[in-house]
Amino acid sequence: MNNEKKVFSLSGLLHHQLFIPVTALVLLAVFNLIMDPSFFSIQMGLNSEGNHILQGYLITILDYGSELAILAIGMTLVTAASGGQDISVGATVAIAGSVILRLLCGASAREPELQMPIILAFLIAVAVSMVFGAFNGTLVAVFRIQPMVATLIMYTAGRSIAAWINHNQLPIVTDKSYSLFGTIIPGIPIPTPFFIAALCVTAIMLVLRFSTLGLYVQSVGINEKAAKLNGINPVAVKILTFVILGMCVAVVGLIKTSRLCTINYSVIAKDIEMDAILAVALGGNALSGGKFNMWASVLGAYAIQFLTTTLYKYQVSSDALPAYKAVVVILLVIFSAPSVREKMAAISQRREARKNAGKEAA
Amino acid sequence: MRDNTVLEMTGIDKIFPGVKALQNVDFSLNKGEIHALMGENGAGKSTLIKVLTGVYEKDGGHIYLAGQEKEVQIKSPQDAQNLGISTVYQEITLCPNLTVAENMFIGRTEGVIQKWGWMNKRTNEILKSLDIPASATQQLDTCSLAIQQMIAIARAVDMDCRVLILDEPTSSLDEHEVEKLFKLMRDLKAKGVGIIFVTHFLDQVYEVCDRITVLRDGRLVGAYDIAELPRVKLVAKMLGKEMDDMADLKGDAVSFTAQENSVPVYEAQGLCSNAGIKPFDFHISKGEVNGFTGLLGSGRSESVRAIFGADHVTGGKVKMKGKEVKIHEPIDAMKNGIAYLSEDRKGDGIIADLSVRENIILASQVLKGPLKPYSKSEQIRIAKEYIDLLSIKTASTETPIGSLSGGNQQKVILARWLLTHPEYLILDEPTRGIDIGTKVDIQKLVLKLAGEGMSVTFISSEIDEMLRTCSRLVVMRDGKKVGEIQGEDLNQESIMKTIAGGEEE
Amino acid sequence: MFKKESKTGAVTNKKSGLSDTNALLVITLVIFVLMYTGAITILGGQFTKWQTFFNILNGNAYLIILACGMSIVMICGGIDISLGGLTGLVTVACAVYLDEKGGSILVSVGIAICIGLAFGIVQGFLVAYLDIQPFIVSLAGMFFARGLAHIIRSAPFNVASETFNSLKETRIYISFLGSVNKKGVFVPAYIEIGVIIAICVAALMFMMMKWTRLGRNFYAVGGNRHSALMLGINVKRTKFLSHIICSLLGGLGAYVYFLHIGSGSGSNASGAEMDAIASSIIGGVMLTGGVGNIMGTFFGVLSLATIKSIVSAAGFNDPWWTNITVAIMLCFFLVIQSVVMARKKKAAKK
Repeated sequence: MNNEKKVFSLSGLLHHQLFIPVTALVLLAVFNLIMDPSFFSIQMGLNSEGNHILQGYLITILDYGSELAILAIGMTLVTAASGGQDISVGATVAIAGSVILRLLCGASAREPELQMPIILAFLIAVAVSMVFGAFNGTLVAVFRIQPMVATLIMYTAGRSIAAWINHNQLPIVTDKSYSLFGTIIPGIPIPTPFFIAALCVTAIMLVLRFSTLGLYVQSVGINEKAAKLNGINPVAVKILTFVILGMCVAVVGLIKTSRLCTINYSVIAKDIEMDAILAVALGGNALSGGKFNMWASVLGAYAIQFLTTTLYKYQVSSDALPAYKAVVVILLVIFSAPSVREKMAAISQRREARKNAGKEAA
Repeated sequence: MRDNTVLEMTGIDKIFPGVKALQNVDFSLNKGEIHALMGENGAGKSTLIKVLTGVYEKDGGHIYLAGQEKEVQIKSPQDAQNLGISTVYQEITLCPNLTVAENMFIGRTEGVIQKWGWMNKRTNEILKSLDIPASATQQLDTCSLAIQQMIAIARAVDMDCRVLILDEPTSSLDEHEVEKLFKLMRDLKAKGVGIIFVTHFLDQVYEVCDRITVLRDGRLVGAYDIAELPRVKLVAKMLGKEMDDMADLKGDAVSFTAQENSVPVYEAQGLCSNAGIKPFDFHISKGEVNGFTGLLGSGRSESVRAIFGADHVTGGKVKMKGKEVKIHEPIDAMKNGIAYLSEDRKGDGIIADLSVRENIILASQVLKGPLKPYSKSEQIRIAKEYIDLLSIKTASTETPIGSLSGGNQQKVILARWLLTHPEYLILDEPTRGIDIGTKVDIQKLVLKLAGEGMSVTFISSEIDEMLRTCSRLVVMRDGKKVGEIQGEDLNQESIMKTIAGGEEE
Repeated sequence: MFKKESKTGAVTNKKSGLSDTNALLVITLVIFVLMYTGAITILGGQFTKWQTFFNILNGNAYLIILACGMSIVMICGGIDISLGGLTGLVTVACAVYLDEKGGSILVSVGIAICIGLAFGIVQGFLVAYLDIQPFIVSLAGMFFARGLAHIIRSAPFNVASETFNSLKETRIYISFLGSVNKKGVFVPAYIEIGVIIAICVAALMFMMMKWTRLGRNFYAVGGNRHSALMLGINVKRTKFLSHIICSLLGGLGAYVYFLHIGSGSGSNASGAEMDAIASSIIGGVMLTGGVGNIMGTFFGVLSLATIKSIVSAAGFNDPWWTNITVAIMLCFFLVIQSVVMARKKKAAKK
């Protein structure tokens, strides 16, 4: 019986979850190859610090796609468990970044020395993000408010809270070591965010491997009643997914602020929630929850960034980007809508029936 | 059609993928008659009703209505309404946020403007004529459930219906409210409306109905005048046993004697939950197989759900092997060595999109704790072991459980609970909707497990199965424990008498 | 509380107390009156002037219209968070039309309405007929609108058209209300055209929701979709129409906003969808659908605006306070609603 699985089959490949993000990546790559092969060129250059760094569109994708991949990890879990998405991630990234800068730069926002070790500031930011995650999770799991409406609260207030934390000042970190997280480590020409993302992905894979998180999250997402009868606490599982997303948010907050060594409350991580949701959807995970594939989401994140970078290359401004992505979202959602799927299945069934009928007639 | 017949259905067939839900069913309804439609789960009652109300399209047969020359085609609920067939469902299908008057008229008025004045006046007239204590302008959910149900009926009646279908309308009503409903039904009957009454309360059938049609396994058993069919006979017909051949089956009952001075594995006193069961006492010994019986809705499932902590437990003392324990959540029960295979396999049992392997290890994994996962190879080994043990037919361990047949899904769930090595296993309708071969397998397995020292509670709507496996039966009626049968008395006749109740009182 | 009283009322066959909708309306009214009198007594000063109140109206006329649309969708069981983006898009489109094409006012209003209609048709179709979550659909709608606005014109710009600006500056003075200024001269209070439109729209929508079949169908579908279907209502069409009306009002509200602010920018009215949702919820619209009242929404907008001006008058001038206050209020009302619903469910079970 196992032999069946090993037989190469096209339909099996089509139904594999990784098929969607990989196809998206390949399509985008082919598009760029035809339009302008120079898209793929990578040169070794020097940055303003005089360090060697690889440059090129692909490196940009690797760089910024990594932020998205980290968020996609948390978003995948939230989506799987609660069948909804957290739209406040952009705003909470602002909060996390603001907390780190507040701790590093002190009350005056211009302290020349770091006020505490970066790692400590980061850990505190993680804790704060987790609290906000737990807040969202509680609204969803305990009060049973739809995830997107519940997170609308933080979506509204998040950036304001971020500004409030620093009294609307613009703290600037002068210490060079802080910029390592968002740019490069001297001597290694590959952007640091990629390594951070790799670390996060490894961490979540280890967690999924050495705990039952994946099983619990999927069980709750697919059949909450049955999960409860099997001794799982759905409320705790849902809150936990939001808390994990909070951790991811804090990491992205660190990378984002490290890139600039400062923060712009209204612009930082703007519209990133849309990209994170897209990454999950493009990974072939149902936005209504249930089964998930973490690798697919991570690949989906890089595919989204591929799309973004391609659009940038063709002079689409950052403010106009959402319009294109909205179209992608709508198309994805339409094709994954149950009613549309049923109709398409019915059509293909009818076609197959006709084909079979034709065969019999022959 | 005879003159006094208002509805006639002949040779109705309805086929769902893989299941013949209705086979050649005839049904007729007279003017001014209350006609009970009876049958156990899966008998085809609700399918027949849905064919009649246009929710399902029939695959064969004819429907005739009085006053219509030709047979009628009913393709949607709207068609049924237009033909004068009104339905009141078990769940109240009215809008709780609207006023009584709006609920009476919404969806069946013309024009752009809502005529509040006319609507309220007309509603108050109807309410008065039917003696329903409600006012047109009050919001629906401020009325009690009974009154809401009667408003639904009033709406149906006002549409000039000739056939009124009441699909288990009394399940959420108290005695007083049921009486009101019956008065209304009798009034309508006097006006010449034909009423189809679906219920699982025998008392109610004998109180208001004139005729009874019994269905079993999608086939017609027969239509009887109420006077011809005493309760015990009705129960026998519903369960598929003739009184005559019951006597022959005596004697094959399983006997069980607990060892002397042994402490029961599980013991409950005054256990009750918020799901509508009255406090009951219960105990089970090591190696014993017992059963809960009673008709659908009698509280047999709710009782075991209370034991497992699946519903909110509101009172009672529980002891496991003599030690008092607290069981509030399923996880508490699992930790105390109780396993529960629920009645609703789709809703409460399977995690449809997950693989057979994951479904098998789930409960055991939860018991092991979140930080000690079974390794993948271990999972596959366990899954394969149980697939062989229970001969589950599946393409591989990785097949989604949702794509298996009902019987094999049930076996996977059974494997899930066996893997937790429970001391006390509760099986609620494990044989429902599965093929005969699997049914026998499961019964054999139950006896084998009991032989190995496991205590088992086995619930089935088929008394045969219970008799073959159980040594003691707890009988439930209307949420109350009404009897316990064992030893000599354990035979079909006494069971049915206890289930039916009423007559000896 | 209300529930209990009316239940006994039902038994004794008397006219029952308040319906959910009316009960929530009363709460909203009480909150608004308390807040305003509180502001007058504690903060005094500007709150005693009529013009302060009218300024709240002038600045929030567009929000009244948007919130009416939002309430209707929410009563029907949906949600639409594209309204803010739609407003941004409409201001840009109309501004470009008026400035570059030198078009007429009337046609620009038509453009606003048509953009609204287009959004309504697409979103309504996806939600009602393809059964996609309204939140995802309108989230995409919001991003699409904002993006498109920036594609049309990336930088904000003021409209130079004279006819438009004269319309924008049109003020309707109310001669018998006003205040005496520092020089001792009586200055009558004024309102803008938008306020008149907003009040008309609110009144019209109130009447529609109360006295037309369509309005009542919205309530029925939001109250219990399944029941509504069984009662013979075309649920899909009703949902579709709720989105159409909402987006149409979105277009109109956007124009009123445009008339108030006089500039076109894709980032105009950012967070307006949030304010509209918050106003609706404060005004007694249940997130779960079926309960709410346009009058409540009207006062919900006023409550929200008042609390914003109280916050800034009380010395919390920093811009973040308003957003945080709105979020806190929203959270508060959401949790209250959720608790109320849970209680109700429990009561129903008994």
